[in-house]
Amino acid sequence: MGKAKVDIIHSRFVPLNMENVDTDQIIPARFLKATTRDGFGKNLFRDWRYESDDESKPKADFILNNNNFTGSILVAAKNFGCGSSREHAAWAIDDYGFRAVVSSFFADIFKNNALNNGLLPVTVSEEFLQKIFQQDSEATLTINLNEQKITIDATGETETFEINSYKKTCLLNGYDDIDYLLSSKEDILAFETTH
Amino acid sequence: MYSLSLLIGLEIDFMSKTLFEKIWAKHIVKTIEDGPSVLYIDTHFIHEVTSPQAFNGLNKRGIKVFRPKQTVATADHNVPTLNQHLPIKEELSRMQVEALIKNCAEHAVDLYGLGHPFQGIVHVIGPELGITQPGMTIVCGDSHTSTHGAFGAIAFGIGTSEVEMVLATQCLLQTKPKLMRINVEGALNKGVVSKDIVLYILSKISASGATGYAVEFAGSAIRSLSMEARMTICNMSIEMGGRCGLIAPDETTFNYIQGREFAPPDGDEWNKKMAAWKQLHTDSDAIFDKEYHFDAADIQPMITYGTNPGMGIGITENIPTTETINDTDRSGLSKSLAYMGLHQGEAIKGKKVDYVFIGSCTNSRIEDLRMVASFVQGKQKASDVEVWIVPGSKQVEKQAKEEGIDKIFEAAGFQLRQPGCSACLGMNEDKIPAGKYCISTSNRNFEGRQGAGARTLLASPLTAAAAAITGVVTDVRELLN
Repeated sequence: MGKAKVDIIHSRFVPLNMENVDTDQIIPARFLKATTRDGFGKNLFRDWRYESDDESKPKADFILNNNNFTGSILVAAKNFGCGSSREHAAWAIDDYGFRAVVSSFFADIFKNNALNNGLLPVTVSEEFLQKIFQQDSEATLTINLNEQKITIDATGETETFEINSYKKTCLLNGYDDIDYLLSSKEDILAFETTH
Repeated sequence: MYSLSLLIGLEIDFMSKTLFEKIWAKHIVKTIEDGPSVLYIDTHFIHEVTSPQAFNGLNKRGIKVFRPKQTVATADHNVPTLNQHLPIKEELSRMQVEALIKNCAEHAVDLYGLGHPFQGIVHVIGPELGITQPGMTIVCGDSHTSTHGAFGAIAFGIGTSEVEMVLATQCLLQTKPKLMRINVEGALNKGVVSKDIVLYILSKISASGATGYAVEFAGSAIRSLSMEARMTICNMSIEMGGRCGLIAPDETTFNYIQGREFAPPDGDEWNKKMAAWKQLHTDSDAIFDKEYHFDAADIQPMITYGTNPGMGIGITENIPTTETINDTDRSGLSKSLAYMGLHQGEAIKGKKVDYVFIGSCTNSRIEDLRMVASFVQGKQKASDVEVWIVPGSKQVEKQAKEEGIDKIFEAAGFQLRQPGCSACLGMNEDKIPAGKYCISTSNRNFEGRQGAGARTLLASPLTAAAAAITGVVTDVRELLN
């Protein structure tokens, strides 16, 4: 079961300038009762988006409710995705329409979950992150996975980002880990005989 | 630290290793060049919330669980903690629990579901059944899987795609984390328990201080702890961002395991295991990427004031101000305090509490309940506080009743409920109302964690019990003889 391929993402972005955004904020636990992967986007950041859990009362000061900001890239401050291991957080961000998340620091489990869903986590330096936050709402970013570069298009400022070559190959080609593991069955069976 | 390759091709390895490295090395099936390793998983725990999509994935591929005997299931997150004999009222919760029953039956996975004498919070039942053992690799679609590391195992939380990988192949693709050791030396002060140790460490290194690391807890203060207390510490290693937390196994560990339901049987099998388990320690000159040293004497009963578990203070301290707080939490302080309805620089002691929740995979074991019972015996809860005690498992519940602990709680006005994750995560029926303060023995004080708008103060079972009696945040030492 391949995933959507990731290569170049060129888009405006939504700046969520908050640190330590935990997965309980990304998708509160009461929305984890589904048994499929679909439809989580409507509850993305639910309690920051709406007053009293009421969809007719969007909170004006929350960035997703600000029509000036749009795009397929979410930019957040450090330690994004900490807390619960719920993959529903990555599903919700993906389902909402984001294809990449940019931060200066990701929590480990979230990062893995994102990669397993073709959602690209891009780790940049704190300085570069602050430069992105200083852009106006019309600004665009270009993320080139193959070249491992992220560019602020208006200024041309570019930074390279790290990703291990295995994961990069997976994303560029839409492969997922489970296909690889299933193809490694012989090795696993051999390992079990001596384990 | 060097290795010597002899001409005959025999490699003699003189390298000193950490506990983590010893276990890791024994579970590598193969390593992809410039990429992750295929890591073999000994034991996989699953529950109703993060497994259904994984089983759907297997079914779509038309494959069965590869090693069903190495996966153990229970229902915990989404279960009610009252009237468990009745059908679950909420339809989506019921469907999720029913999906688990169906999936386990179809794939021959053992399920300790509602009504089973082994049912309970996944991180409570694994250890108490003797399934969790030293030297294992253990995963579960739940971040608090780090709990099992208290036995000297590599145990970590995974996402649902990874649950599917383990079901399909008993393996994961993993990159080796960096290594950290946190040493706590010395004797604990009166009224200070393991929850205070871990909240103290969190307050020093922050909620992201261990991200990217496997964390070994060591030192005389850690070694002096019971298994239950060690589990509390490893449980919250994820709150520091740690990939996992672990403690070297010792006599305390072996004594805890021996005789449990799924422990190796006494005799040859037990002796063989023991011989292997005794090798599981960090060599004296092994190197860590990062190391911290703390003095147990500096730790007092702790409580959190903010909206991440790193935002904690000693019970007699004042809430930090933007000037006094450490860098990592400065930007979030105002937002956190606005949510909490608290103010910079004020004392936390004496703050009114509405709910007391003693439970969760952090603090719901028999030792936690005994600690609370021995403290509250002969005392009465404050009239305007609601107190929920939620045992971690059916076995804990049974034992509490056998020991008469239930009667002590009843006399104090505490409500002893049935096993489950309960008010830790605002998912099942047990939620804290918006704006209310809950002193909680759970692990996360995130906004809305215990219910939309709920305000969580994390503390030890003793500190929580003290607040239950007085109705306000209390220094438990003032109530101890």
